[in-house]
Amino acid sequence: MSTDTEAPVDGTQFMTFHDLAYDAGKTDFQRKAQPVGQGREGELLEVAMGPQHPSTHGVFRMDVVLDGETVVKLKPVFGYLHRNHEKIAENTSYLGSMPYTDRLDYFCSLTNNWAYALSVEKLAGLQVPERAEYIRLITAELTRVLNHTCLAGFLLQDMGALGTPLMYAFREREKILDLIESLTGARMMCNYMRFGGCRCDLPAGWLDAAKKVVAEYPKFLDEFETLLSGNEILMARTQGVGKLSAELAVNAGITGPMLRASGVDYDLRKVDNYGIYSRYPFRVPLGDHGDVYDRYMIRMLEMRESLKILEPALKDIPEGPVVDPKAKLRGFRPKPGEAYGRIETPKGELGFYLISDGSPNPYRYRVRPPSLINLTILEDMCLGQTIADAVITLGSVDIVLGEVDR
Amino acid sequence: MLGTGILRGMVETAKNFAGSYHDPERLTTVEYPEQRIAPKENARQFPFLVHDTEDPMKGLRCVACQICEKECPPQCIYIVKSKDKRADYKGQMQLYPVTFDIDLSVCMSCQICVEVCPFESIKMDTEFELSNTDRFGGLLVNKHQLAKSNEHYRKIHPTEAAVSDAALAVEVAKAQAKAKADVEAKAKAAAEAKAKAEAAAAAGPVGAVAPAPAPKPSSPAAATAAAPAA
Repeated sequence: MSTDTEAPVDGTQFMTFHDLAYDAGKTDFQRKAQPVGQGREGELLEVAMGPQHPSTHGVFRMDVVLDGETVVKLKPVFGYLHRNHEKIAENTSYLGSMPYTDRLDYFCSLTNNWAYALSVEKLAGLQVPERAEYIRLITAELTRVLNHTCLAGFLLQDMGALGTPLMYAFREREKILDLIESLTGARMMCNYMRFGGCRCDLPAGWLDAAKKVVAEYPKFLDEFETLLSGNEILMARTQGVGKLSAELAVNAGITGPMLRASGVDYDLRKVDNYGIYSRYPFRVPLGDHGDVYDRYMIRMLEMRESLKILEPALKDIPEGPVVDPKAKLRGFRPKPGEAYGRIETPKGELGFYLISDGSPNPYRYRVRPPSLINLTILEDMCLGQTIADAVITLGSVDIVLGEVDR
Repeated sequence: MLGTGILRGMVETAKNFAGSYHDPERLTTVEYPEQRIAPKENARQFPFLVHDTEDPMKGLRCVACQICEKECPPQCIYIVKSKDKRADYKGQMQLYPVTFDIDLSVCMSCQICVEVCPFESIKMDTEFELSNTDRFGGLLVNKHQLAKSNEHYRKIHPTEAAVSDAALAVEVAKAQAKAKADVEAKAKAAAEAKAKAEAAAAAGPVGAVAPAPAPKPSSPAAATAAAPAA
């Protein structure tokens, strides 16, 4: 390969190409000569997919370099939704950051709340009452079902199955959102967990409504799987696409269903045993191939496992207070120290690292967002595949831009 | 056989399509502006200020303590304290807000103002149709727009309102007992003082007499019901 000249090295055997050196420091592509037959032919095309592209799940841009339809380079560009969450949190009280955590991954605000509450509880040494632990487990598993349902719908939307799967998914999601709304007051921005418990107790009749939803959900999952899982078009589009090896996944710090789809048995619910997960046996589904189909199937199976946790938990929930009486709402000042709390959210490991200097605000507040870290290896999964496959690979990563950009 | 998966899926879609004409499980949408679903009891949209008396401005429970202003995460509440004091619902002399504005375009409905308020004076409304043609001032609401009666609160959040009313009734009972004790103590002191020196009798109690009539909760919620079903 010669230098940047466009002139053929040898007048007859070489012709000019636009090969690309896409460095982080360079804003445009450098042209390089490349010999015929050694690789690509024709001009490469840079396409900026996004930030207003419907398949990028928000304001996210993929700068893809295409050779025909094949992806040669891919650079994820994010930051369009940056809201300075961490710095705002360092300037507001511990309680004041709780509603902002809803806006991280706005599909799963209850798990975000839990992760933040858990790290503050570690920092301040608060104990969560039994009933609140149950409520947290139930809401978190409902959130997981909700998130995976939506993901399946969005993924199919990305594959071109416009409407039907997404509408079916949203129809079921609405049932869970109704439960969440009657419990927390808001469909998505719940702001429900508090340090040392939950904000309010379950309203009357909530448990029965939840039991009904949980009992009916497998019917929907069966329907959804009949519709999709055996569908030849879905299999042709997803099997062998966007492969991620277990080694790379571990090295890149991937967590959540993406990691498990690559065959790595790592679920924080089992590893950390936070909350009361140890009381309920559930299986962790693992994939073989690490492709998009595995990631889709992992989520379908995880939903069934979540329902298996939910069913007994809704029966076992004890009476009692929902918040630690020692927990203060106003004037909350944890002792100087640091804490890292993490939970398995539907998207992966969500962690909050807090340093307290004894003041009402955290000295340092850092979010470890699963979406962002799972997104970092997008290029490795997409190279050499078509641009339509890049779209579904991104869809299977399951990002929410609120969490990627913060 | 290739294609059976697709066919099975088509059957499922057809079932759903046919069901959407007669099966209530499949008919999940409502025609919104004409049909409405009642909001959930816990639903919250934006805050309002509770008042007890006929005149909203005189009966505001808010005492301009500015705790909500400080705790509000997006800092959307603006309060100006009054210079003078007036009697609140239990007869205590308190400040009141001269200005109480909430910028609803900034408010994120997090309910933290409600949780931190020690006077049960700010609560969450369920009204959500707030679209406005005024880009700049339309969503900056002042205390006249924010003030809503306790009856309204009881209507939209009955369970919460019962708890809140019970807590207030306890406060009122305490205040009345204290006022009564104060009056007795002062009368006693006055009588003693009168006996000692007739000139001292002029220093009678002014502030502690005649507490304003307390708002009686419509539902006779017992004080023990103050705590949510534990």
